[in-house]
Amino acid sequence: MSFFSFLSRKPTATIARDRLQILLAHERATFGGNADLVAVLQEEILAVIAKHVSVEREKVQVKLDRGDSFSTLEIGVEIPPGLAEKQAAAKKAALGA
Amino acid sequence: MAKVLVVTSGKGGVGKTTSTAAIGAALAKTGKNVVVVDFDVGLRNLDIVMGAERRVVFDMINVIQGDAKLAQALIRDKRIETLSILPASQTRDKDALTSEGVAQVIAELREKFDWVICDSPAGIERGASLAMHHADVALIVTNPEVSSVRDSDRIIGLLDSKTERASKGERIEKHLLLTRYDPVRAARGDMLKTEDVLEILSIPLLGIIPESPEVLRASNLGTPVTLANPEAAPARAYMDAAKRLLGEQIPMTVPGEKTSLLGKLFGRRVA
Repeated sequence: MSFFSFLSRKPTATIARDRLQILLAHERATFGGNADLVAVLQEEILAVIAKHVSVEREKVQVKLDRGDSFSTLEIGVEIPPGLAEKQAAAKKAALGA
Repeated sequence: MAKVLVVTSGKGGVGKTTSTAAIGAALAKTGKNVVVVDFDVGLRNLDIVMGAERRVVFDMINVIQGDAKLAQALIRDKRIETLSILPASQTRDKDALTSEGVAQVIAELREKFDWVICDSPAGIERGASLAMHHADVALIVTNPEVSSVRDSDRIIGLLDSKTERASKGERIEKHLLLTRYDPVRAARGDMLKTEDVLEILSIPLLGIIPESPEVLRASNLGTPVTLANPEAAPARAYMDAAKRLLGEQIPMTVPGEKTSLLGKLFGRRVA
């Protein structure tokens, strides 16, 4: 760093402001509205599933991935073991009756 | 009608406790009945900043668990009789702060005081959300610095979605308190300007507290800066902020230090 380097020093505050504006626009989208959207979706999906199958709360995963061109909604539901067999048996019983 | 005010920021070390003490004392000086409440379980500091560290007998968790009455845990300030402090527990587990317990303590404080000022711990965990949960008004303490502004933005989001008022569909009143501001560096372009921070966070400004050695001097003494040296620049800035909270219209300025010529020549400090 030369003695006169302070003359060519650029102000940094505008860089800080611009970086923040870009970052926060992204973070607000992630934590803000979408965080709530995910929570609402999780509740409603859980309610629909619970009408037909009894599943634990933690077994329903809702994930929203935000991309530049499109976003994806990932829903994972883990169904208790033996449920398919039980339903098949119930169907058979209903047919037999 | 009592008002519950939360002093919050997300980031640590930006001046929440200093501001809680200064604004609490400023409001109490105007004759309001004020209690400052420390929510930082395990890392309490409001007591030492207020100079009440040797007078703590019971704390909020003792009250919540029924080991002490609220009146026993409240410490009356020795300088201003309308000012009290409710300390946090230094030894108990953070989980002892239950949401029902906090709700009950806040309800009781609302009956006794005009202003209940909650000093939030840093972060966005349980302690911080409990501190903000019952607030009518929020004071977001921000330094003109990228990490502080980013964390403030996050906290504003939580205030709008996770508080009692938000859950009832009501608005929570939010104010920005810009602390450790250096007008000279901002003018030089090496510090975010007030307008930059306001544009990014888009909440109304309550006050600008200039960076000043008086703040450290006051905490060394255990006296809120508004009482330690009321003529000092940060003290005047906090006093103005407190008056704005009470609805007074005061032009927004950054108070400067009044230094003599000799002070200017010899008073330069290293840090």
